[in-house]
Formats: sequence, structure tokens, C-alpha cells
Amino acid sequence: MFNTQRKKLVPLLLSSALMAGIIAGCNSKEETTSGGGKSSETETVTFLIDNQTQLDGIQGIIDEFEKKNNIKVEIETRPGGSEGDNIIKTRLATGDMTDLAWINSGSSLQAVNPEQNFVDLSNEPFMETIMDDYKAAVSANGKVFGIPGTPTNAGGWLYNKKVYSDLGLSVPKTWDELMANNEKIKQAGKTAVIGTFKDTWTSQVIVLADNYNVLQENPTFAEDFTANKAKIATTPAALRSFEKLEEVFKAGYMNKEFLATGYDAGLKMLADGEGAHYPMITFALANLATTFPDKMQDIGVFAQPSDSADKNGLTVWMPAGIFINKNSEHIDAAKKFLEFYVSQEGVTIYSSKIPPTGPFAIEGVELPDDVYPAVKDMIQYFDAGNNAPALEFLSPVKGPSLEQITTQVGSGISSAKEGAELYDKDVEKQAKQLGLEGW
Amino acid sequence: MNKLANKTYTYYFLLPAGIVYFVFFLLPTIMSLFFSMTWWTLTDWEFIGLENFKTFLSEPSLNIGFKNTLIYAVLTSGLKVILGLLLGVYLSSKLKTVGFIRSMIFFPTLLSTIAVGIAFTMMMHPSQGIINIVLQGLGIAGPDWLGDTDIALLSVALVDVWKGVGMATVIFIAGIMSIPQDYYEALKIDGGNAWHNFKSIIIPLSRPAMNTVIILSFIGGLRSFDLIWTMTKGGPGFSTDLIASIIYKQYQAGFFGLSTAGNVILFILVSALAFPLYSYLNKKEVDL
Amino acid sequence: MSKVVLGDLETKPIINRKNKTKIGKKLWNIFIESFGVVATLAIFGIPFYFVIINAFKNTQESSLLNMNWPSSFHLMENIQEVITARDGMIIRAFFNSVMITGLSIILLIVLGAAAGYVLQRKVTKVTPFFNFLILAGLIIPPAVVPTIWVLQEIGLFKTLPGIVLIEVALNLPFTIILYRGFMVTIPRSLDEMALIDGCGRFRLFFNIILPLLKPVSATVIVLTAVSVYNDFVNPLYFFPGAENATLQLTLYNFMSMYITKWNLLFTNVLLISIPPLILFIIFNKKIVAGMTAGSVK
Repeated sequence: MFNTQRKKLVPLLLSSALMAGIIAGCNSKEETTSGGGKSSETETVTFLIDNQTQLDGIQGIIDEFEKKNNIKVEIETRPGGSEGDNIIKTRLATGDMTDLAWINSGSSLQAVNPEQNFVDLSNEPFMETIMDDYKAAVSANGKVFGIPGTPTNAGGWLYNKKVYSDLGLSVPKTWDELMANNEKIKQAGKTAVIGTFKDTWTSQVIVLADNYNVLQENPTFAEDFTANKAKIATTPAALRSFEKLEEVFKAGYMNKEFLATGYDAGLKMLADGEGAHYPMITFALANLATTFPDKMQDIGVFAQPSDSADKNGLTVWMPAGIFINKNSEHIDAAKKFLEFYVSQEGVTIYSSKIPPTGPFAIEGVELPDDVYPAVKDMIQYFDAGNNAPALEFLSPVKGPSLEQITTQVGSGISSAKEGAELYDKDVEKQAKQLGLEGW
Repeated sequence: MNKLANKTYTYYFLLPAGIVYFVFFLLPTIMSLFFSMTWWTLTDWEFIGLENFKTFLSEPSLNIGFKNTLIYAVLTSGLKVILGLLLGVYLSSKLKTVGFIRSMIFFPTLLSTIAVGIAFTMMMHPSQGIINIVLQGLGIAGPDWLGDTDIALLSVALVDVWKGVGMATVIFIAGIMSIPQDYYEALKIDGGNAWHNFKSIIIPLSRPAMNTVIILSFIGGLRSFDLIWTMTKGGPGFSTDLIASIIYKQYQAGFFGLSTAGNVILFILVSALAFPLYSYLNKKEVDL
Repeated sequence: MSKVVLGDLETKPIINRKNKTKIGKKLWNIFIESFGVVATLAIFGIPFYFVIINAFKNTQESSLLNMNWPSSFHLMENIQEVITARDGMIIRAFFNSVMITGLSIILLIVLGAAAGYVLQRKVTKVTPFFNFLILAGLIIPPAVVPTIWVLQEIGLFKTLPGIVLIEVALNLPFTIILYRGFMVTIPRSLDEMALIDGCGRFRLFFNIILPLLKPVSATVIVLTAVSVYNDFVNPLYFFPGAENATLQLTLYNFMSMYITKWNLLFTNVLLISIPPLILFIIFNKKIVAGMTAGSVK
């Protein structure tokens, strides 16, 4: 409907010469010819990335790729977050998408109808090395559409190892142990849990990072949730995630001004040891490394503990993916780029520009030995097989208001139960809007 | 003369403005009535009747949104009227510093809302913000302006007034200046003082200015959300959500039909309040 | 209402304090004035100072967000960094913003003046309908997605003419109200004389009326320039794309979801506030003059 041919109402409206001049000036977008066997001409592949992603690693890969091929890769940036998701939607709908698109895997991808919009990569040879867990997060109807754009991240508790050793604490194996640690840290006059709700997205981490524990109690929760057979408020294991957030608030473990504190201030508190714990996603390590390179040895991470010591695993954030626009005129060139991106060479270039903040979702590629201690902490969970993706990578269902709701629960405006019920309603709306079955 | 006037003042003059206004404003507005009844993904749509309205009206934060929208509009327009009038009187005087003060007050009107929002968010920080530091110096414990759910909306409304009062003041100055000097002369002969001037000349005769300020700022207050969005994003939680920010969130989430339905609801609400207000004020004006 | 001075408006004294002695009055005035100045400086000056002083600092110092005097000055570096950020995005954005604002103003003046002129001069049965449409324009919030759809259909989505026409459409009602109000002050007898002199109806408007509308045009220029230039939301919706950035969007260069560089952000705020400041200096006195008759009838 959007792609119907454009009616020529324009000339009528813009008859003045002034306007005409501007239109001419505007249509200066270069049309690079593709294919046709003319290899002398450089092909240009456009690439839309959000402005939150650190581009150094990607740019490094592009530079090397351009040297080796007669293909130019041009980055265009867009805002991140839900605003960015929306821009992707609009640009796909209006037939205006770049050749390559950088999109969060999981529910964000599902929301933009991958089957209709992106090239099926299932049978590409370079996809063989991609890990199955990742493939699942970028698939629809059994077809795989993307490659991982960054290393894998995890949601858990970043902590200051120095504070831990000063106070003689050890990494908690259960939620109760964690709360006991918190109490000791509070007694010692430090912030036990850093809260940075001014950047509302950070308020979701405790809830989201609990998914490993939810799935341990309730292995089919993700499928049931998607099929509208399970609700959070009525599934004790899932409700527990909200309760953990509530407990942290009620015990008063967060910094006093957590509503006015932002993410960057939170990182500083953690690095300085003013705060001991920061429930966060590990991509924060990259931000920490830029601002506090000399403090990286003090930072560790552990998984959000469950209520029993024998269940202890990490909730994993699948990296954003790179996808090829189905309507692109440069599909072959784009595939070549993806192939290079996930090769050992690509990974090496990437790691040389940005020290990895987690393992790559690619089999057979090695991490450098000098990775941050926090990354070593993470890898232990991976090596032991104790990890599970976050809910949003297992289910297309994710309510848009989660961060407001977790802010409410985390600041005592609503109880855990009320928050979970609100979120169930929010989810229902989203599922209906997506047109999912069973809602 | 009537015939001549008809020929001279031809409605052809309205045509260019009319076309632009119709194509880029009225047409989308009319279409929104239709799309609000669809499930819409931009690429295709399905007619679903009033489902979107039901969903939007059951949005959990909508109650807060309605209440906040009204509070925000009444508070900002009320303060702009009162402060604008007082400042207008003050700045219509012959004081030497009038030019300077008027420029200072008007200047925020020229700044971008985002820039203003960012700066004030920083200044309203509970411990590091300059406002509370100053209050502390005076021995007052300042509140958490944007974090306390009871006052966050008021804080943003105050910033809105800070930014918009210059415009109201200028309109009042214009209104006060167009009051003919004779009125003051007459009152002076009757032995009136400054207060009489204010009460029996300035207030009634700057009525048109006051109506303009009321209408513009009230409608603006009902519709606006950019300042809220920059400063609190509707938070903490949903406590400062306005109808317009709820609509924007639906749009952001990609629920196009739903957000369009919200738009229609806002449009009905604003019309239901603004049209009667407008005709009421106009009638009063004629009565004078 | 009364006759209104069209040109420069001198401020008139309205508050007489004849019952005070001369010296007392002087002291009183000094008190009132200094109170006004101090209050204005505190309420309006401090926020400006806050932004300016932080634009001078380096990133570490500015992250404290206080009002202390900077230990060293970095304004020039900051400006340089802001200008070169994202391949000189701010330069492109400046061009876009100025084009959008300038073209919108030109169109608004011509279309708004023509419409306001006819609507004031000619009162017929349809006049209430036109009034309703104008008021509706002030009241109804624009419907975003359908507007995108319309722009798509006529091929103007993501184009400069597209965003200009949107801005014109959205600012027309207020502009027409201003012009219509001001037309009251131009006597009809003038039109009649011009017609007798053999002026056609177009020449009457363009050669006689339009020049007389100058004071209110100044008001329109300032107000619509500010509203279009500072508009963040509409370009975001209707003029997306990297090469289409406007100056308001450049604020987001330094304010990511993760890390904010406050010194650069505030430098950016300073830089993009310069054009409105210049406009303000030029038109400062005329804003009130145009409105005296305009929006206030």
C-alpha cells in the first residue's frame, strides 16, 4: 500500500521556481550501479547501525574488507532503543532500508517480520560456524537470517572485587547469600546495589537476568509464555524475578538517589568502589574500559543467584545481528561482507579494536588471553554449560512498558505482584498488536 | 461597494494556504479517523472496529495520563496568565531596566525545549543540582524534584512556565500598550492611583490579550509533551505520563493503529475543552 | 479598539506615582529596578550561566555538573569537537535547519498574509466555517502516521519540500490569526483609494497591503522561526535519515543511552542557540509592535 506509485501532485504544489530548484538539489543521492558484470566499478553497500553501538570494531572489519574487495561499506546511524526499532519498521515499510541492517536479535527482530524483509542465510556455508543458540534468536519458521555483530553478553551482577576482598565477602551462590553480602556492604557504609533508574532501561536488569533461574524451575516457560498459556503474575518462578527487585528496594540497599542517578554515574560508582554491586548487562564492560581503563582488574561478574545453591547459571544476551535487506541490489556483496565478518580474521580485527566483553557466538574462534577478569568470570559459566538466553531471545513477546513497570517496582510505587500483573497486561497488548496466535 | 468588495477580496487568495493546510493537515487528520479503527503495520491493515479505542482506554497509565494532562494544562496556563500579566504591567512602565529584563524573560522562548529540558534536569538533581544546593544554603532541604512522584509533574510544569512566560508577557505588553492613553488621563482626573489603573483599566482592557494567552497556553498545555519527554520520559514509572506521551509510546512501540486511536481521543478531549472555552471567552469579550 | 501606532512603539508610562516626593520616588524606582534585575538574573540568568560555564569545561569536570569556575578552559576544543563530530554532521544540520526555517517563513508570510487579509476583509456566511478550521488547526494534534502516509503517496516523504510544507501547514493557523488581527488596523478606505487609482486586486494586496503588514510580519518571522527551528518532533517523523539531520538532532550526538559528554552537549546547546539569538537581537523591539494589533486584535 505504501509502495504504490507516487502520484504527481507535487508539481502542482510546488510550481514556484524556488521550490523546483530545491527538489533538484535534493535528489543528489548517488545511484551506484550494481552487478552487470562491470567489476571495475566499486560497489557500495549501505549499512544502518544504531548510535549506541561502539563502531570501532565494525569499522576495523570494514576497512580491511574494503582493502581486499572492490566493495565499499557505508555506515549510516540511527537512534537506538524502541525509537530505533520504529525507524527500522518505517524504513522497511517504505522500501527505504539500507542493504545491511543492524537489529537486536530476538523479539526486536521478530517485530519486523524477518521472513518478508531479510535474505534467508540458512544455506550459506559461513553460517555453519554460528552457534545454535544464536541461530535460534535470529530465526523465523526454521530459516536463519543473521550473523552475530558483537560478542555475546550476559546479564548479571557486576561487582567490585576490591570491595569484596576488603570486606571478606565471597561470591554468593544463593539469593539469600547475596542479600547477606548486601547487608554487610551496607553496614560498611557503602552502596550495596547501584541503582541508576534515571536511565529507565537499567531498572529491568534484575528481572530479565533472572531468566536462567526461571527456566530451571519451569523449563517450558518461554513457549508457554509465547502461547499465552503462562502468565508472569501466576507463575511463581517468574513472579520471583519481580520479587527480587522488590526485596532489593525494601531492604534499602540501593543508593539514596537512584532515581536521579544515570548509567554513567553508576559505572563510576562501581569503578571507584563506592558501590559494590551493579546489576547490569556485560556490554557495560566496554564503557567501563573506555572511562576507567585502570580499574578493569577490579571488576568481576556473577550470575544472579537462585534460591538454591545447586542451580546457578548465567542469563545470556544474544548479540545484535546483521541482516541483509531482501530488496537490496547488492545481496552478493553483502553476503561476502558477512562471510568476512564472522571469519577468524574478522573476529581478530574486531577484538583488536574493542577488547571482547564476552565469548563470540561463533564456534572455533578463540578469545585473546588477556581478556578482562569479568569476561573470565563469564566464560566459566559458558564452559560449564550453565547458561540460558534471556526471555526476549526465546519469545517474540516483550511488553514495551517493562522499564516503567520495573521502575515502579524498584522504587516501591507498586508491589512485585502488581508490577507483574501490569506487565502481563502490557504483554497482552503487544502480542495482540503483533498478531500472535493464541492471544 | 459590496459587489466590488466581493470581487476585490476574492477567496482565490485563500487557495494556496487552503491547499497546503488541507493536504498536509486536514487530510491526515481525517484519515486518522479511519486508521484508528484498523490494525495497521504500515504495509498492510485490517479493519478492527473500535478495538483500538478499547485497548487505549484500558491502558493502565491512562487514568494518570488524563489527570496529569488536565493538571499540567491548567497549572501552566494559569501561571502564565498571572505571571504574564504582572510582568506585563511591570515591563510596560518607564523603568530604565525594562529592556534588559524583557529580553532576559523572553529569551528562553527562543531556546529549544530539549536544551532547556536537559539543563533543568541537571539543575534539579536532588543533591548535586544547583537548585537544591542554593536551597540548602538557605537552610531548606530541597525535594527530589523529578524523582518524587508527588511533585515531578509540578517541577516540569514550572520549567514549562519558565520557558513560556516570556511569550505571555509580550502578548500582555502588547495588549497593555494598545490601551489608549486617554483612559489613564481620565482616571487621573478622577484621582485614581496605580491600583485603580490596574483594576479598572488594565485588567478589563487587556482582556483580548488575556484570552489569547489563556487559549494558546491551555491548548499548548493539553497537547505538549516534549518537555515531559526530555525531563522524565513520563516517569518515575508512569507518574508523569500525559496523554500525548502515552500516545507517543504506542507509536514508538510500533502500534500505529493504536497510537492513531489515542490521537483521536486526545483530539476529542482537547476539542471538548477548548471550543467551549474559546466561545465562552469570546462572549465575555463582546460583553465588555 | 483604538488606533494603533504602526511603527516603533515607545514604552508609555502607565503607573503614576504623583503622590510621592521626587526623592522618595527616585529611591523607590531604584529599589524596584534593582529588585527586578536581581530576580531576573537569579531566575533566568543562572540557567544560562550553568550551560555556558559547563561548555567551557573538559569532560571530567563537566560530568560533575556543578557551577564551579572551570580549572582550565576548553571552549575552543569543545567547539572543534562538536563541529567535527560524526563527519561534520552539525554543518549539514545547520544547512538543513536554515533551509527549512527560511523557506517555511517565506511561505508562511505569503500564504498567511493573503489568507488573513481576505478573511478579515470579507465576511460572509462561510466565515464561521473558516474560523472553525483555523481554531481546529490550533487545537488538533497532528496525526503522525497518516501524515507520513500522505507524504509517501505524493513522494515528499524524507524531502526538504515535504518537511517545509508540513511546518507551513502546522503553523498556518496562528500566522493567519496574527495577520487577520493586524488587518483591522489598516483602514478599508485605503483599499478603496487604491482601487480608484486603478490598482488591480493582486497589486492592491502585494503593493499596498503586504508592505503595511511589515510590523506583524516581523512578529511572524520571529515566532515561526523559533517554532520551526526548534522543532524536534516533526523532522524526526517526517524528515528522517542521516543526511537529513537538523540542528536539534545534533544534541543527541553527545547524549547516548550510555555515556553523556556534558561539556560537548552544552557547547552544542550554545552553538545552536546562536541563530535564534541573532534573530532576537535584530527583531527584539519589533516583536511587541507587531503583536500590539495582531494577536490581541
